[in-house]
Amino acid sequence: MSELPAELKYLSSHEWVRVEGDVATIGISDHAQEAMGDLVYVELPDVGADLHANDEAGVVESVKAASDIYTPVSGTVFAVNENLEDAPELVNQDPYHDGWLFQIKFSDPAELSDILSAADYQAQLDAEED
Amino acid sequence: MGKTTVLYEQHVAAGAKIVDFSGWDMPIHYGSQLKEHSAVREGAGVFDVSHMTIVDVKGVEARSFLQYLLANDVAKLKERGKALYTAMLNEQGGVIDDLIAYNMGDYYRLVVNCGTREKDLAWMQKQAQGFSVTLEEQPELAILAVQGPQAIAAVCGLSSPERQAAIQALKVFQGIEEGDWFIARTGYTGEDGLEIMLPNAEAGAFWQALLESGVAPIGLGARDTLRLEAGMNLYGADMDETVSPLAANMAWTIAWQPESRDFIGREALSKEKSSGVKEKLFGLVLEGRGVLRGHQKVLVSGLGEGEITSGSFSPTLGYSIALARLPAETGDQAEVDIRGKLLAVKVVRPPFVRNGQQCF
Repeated sequence: MSELPAELKYLSSHEWVRVEGDVATIGISDHAQEAMGDLVYVELPDVGADLHANDEAGVVESVKAASDIYTPVSGTVFAVNENLEDAPELVNQDPYHDGWLFQIKFSDPAELSDILSAADYQAQLDAEED
Repeated sequence: MGKTTVLYEQHVAAGAKIVDFSGWDMPIHYGSQLKEHSAVREGAGVFDVSHMTIVDVKGVEARSFLQYLLANDVAKLKERGKALYTAMLNEQGGVIDDLIAYNMGDYYRLVVNCGTREKDLAWMQKQAQGFSVTLEEQPELAILAVQGPQAIAAVCGLSSPERQAAIQALKVFQGIEEGDWFIARTGYTGEDGLEIMLPNAEAGAFWQALLESGVAPIGLGARDTLRLEAGMNLYGADMDETVSPLAANMAWTIAWQPESRDFIGREALSKEKSSGVKEKLFGLVLEGRGVLRGHQKVLVSGLGEGEITSGSFSPTLGYSIALARLPAETGDQAEVDIRGKLLAVKVVRPPFVRNGQQCF
């Protein structure tokens, strides 16, 4: 069973979102990192880049596959996790804290209302299991 | 639920993540593909490859049949136990499968891929018409590959003095029958090691004894990165029925001599060779950031383009490597299109890693 913190929001594409003020921090879920296996490369957006909701924001690659990362909200990239350049395995080891990917300063809080609660995301994972 | 090998429960007990592989439920890893990869490069690991198909070819015309069926020549297998890597071609010179053939004394043993089992058997049966041969699958045998610099010592540590002596006398690409076991010094990792065919009934205890002696269980994930580093082809990715061995780094496996030997695909290969092979399989190295993957487009300045057939991160080297089919005259530079960005790569001759060390 993968870890799934209740205080976070989730995308159906397996990213998690932590909202603090007008900044959203985005990473990939424990389920996603486990499914991908050992990560070897993370490509993140440029700080200062303007992104639209549901844009591709980056790519995480494991030994076996590449997976696109999406932003749930529109806004400006505020920070990226530079530690991942040399240590992509942080995403496997600690997906919800040290393994965060990027932060975005968002412009439209209403966009956040579309994303999944932990319970909804769990329901999606359960459905995928079947 | 797919087909399972006799070791399925032991894979699950060892923490395997199970995936479908050509209709078989097989371990992809037991926790970390990267750790498994380095276990094989630095120590010893064991792979369950019992899903592969063993076909024994018997009968008075077994040798002449295989000399017709295979692009390499089993007449090279002068001693009992010797092994040969070869392609089995169609009339157009495309690779139906790659396989290993062993001289078993009064018969030959072939080990073919699992994903191609049915078409291989059908093709062999068809071609065997007119030859006095029988084809016998050996589903009661398990196959364990024990690979790595410590692999032979690990197996010897669990063996009787007679078996130890037999193993220690093995040369590379040679095998020996020892009781019900067939033990060969072959592999798919670029390390020293053994591939062992043994009765299903004995496989579980041997697997467990290997694990208890410190040999790591290795999944199909690391099997793929190990073979890619070793520059070894994967059937279905690096070659298939539309690709000739000349375009797949397998020219060395075609036995042109004696000229009188007619093998399936010979005529097509001769034509291709005399008109000039247009594409070849090269190695690519991306020392910068990013990961090369199968089907990415490769641009070769002035010559056109090609495609990556297998690509991955190389755990041993710490950067990405690939096999790619490119114009035959390609030099030492090319560019790969990764999600719309062109990245410069070095073009090298595989293998990339042998016996734990970079070798290009």
